Amino acid sequence: MAIDVPENVVVSKLDELASWCRKNSLWPMPFATACCGIELMATGASRHDLARFGAEVMRFSPRQCDLMIVAGRVVMKMLPVLQRIWSQMHEPKWCISMGACASTGGVFDTYSVVQGIDRFLPVDMYVPGCPPRPEQLIQAIIDLQDKIQREGTISGREFATRSRQERKRALVELPVITLPRGVSHLPQGVRVD
Amino acid sequence: MIDAATKTALSEAFPSIAWSEFRGDTRAVVPREVLFEVFKRLRDEHGFDFVVDITCVDYLNFRGAEDRFGLVYLLASTHTNERITLRVFVNEPDLTVPSAVPLWEGANWLEREVWDMFGIPFEGHPDLRRILMPEEFTAFPLRKDYPLQGRGERHNFPVLHREDA
Repeated sequence: MAIDVPENVVVSKLDELASWCRKNSLWPMPFATACCGIELMATGASRHDLARFGAEVMRFSPRQCDLMIVAGRVVMKMLPVLQRIWSQMHEPKWCISMGACASTGGVFDTYSVVQGIDRFLPVDMYVPGCPPRPEQLIQAIIDLQDKIQREGTISGREFATRSRQERKRALVELPVITLPRGVSHLPQGVRVD
Repeated sequence: MIDAATKTALSEAFPSIAWSEFRGDTRAVVPREVLFEVFKRLRDEHGFDFVVDITCVDYLNFRGAEDRFGLVYLLASTHTNERITLRVFVNEPDLTVPSAVPLWEGANWLEREVWDMFGIPFEGHPDLRRILMPEEFTAFPLRKDYPLQGRGERHNFPVLHREDA
């Protein structure tokens, strides 16, 4: 049975239509804590022009955003703030971990710096670099757009899949080291994690 | 370098101060008992009206060191451009040092930082809380017996999943 469709009508799936809308109007929440934030600003500015990818509307209220870009190192004192901001964002939402520090702690392997935000938050896209060039961040946003288009659903079913629930690393249990009484420091060569 | 008359006056008033010079800078090791009096006299009579910095050194396992902690006070006079370095050594278990906040308001946050990082309690400080680390943090991270990577505090957070938020 042939259906006569006018030439200005496109037939698609509702999921794909929703994903197409979402991916082309990402509203980033700039969580910029370090030098990556400078590159993030450069990405949004005129030379690199994030508006070409529909993601230029940076909002400092998490309730208006659907893409959190964590740019820079996150310390112990900042992580609860980061988690709260993530919780305040409306679904569907995505997270880009920008730069070595946000992804792994980078060179800051110290007592106060969180060794990768993906230990405590779901991360969709990682950007390597220290700091990454704006081109790299743009590539991450393009890749995220592809990901949204590829697997996005209007009801957000893709977020409930097993792979999205799993932690990204084999760091299932990270022990808090408590030293025995009277021992004030660990022997040399013993790592605490 | 400080004025010779200042140094003479202080030496006569406080004979327990040990003086030294290094490349034109005057340094004084002050016993804790007279520290506040020395501060007061420097401020009131010799014009040292500005605390540049208050910091601390942990001499644990330091070669030749006899004391555990050395507090360093850098004072300056904005009128005469004189500068002086005061040091006071403290040992466990009694690390208490008189606070300089009653004399210089600017010492407030500097002393809070030393308390946060080294655990030196400043007696008479109006608001001795942690300034850099979270309040629930229990260790003093710049002490030499604290491991560089911490004791797991940086991993001690709840994990947010997609279904949680």
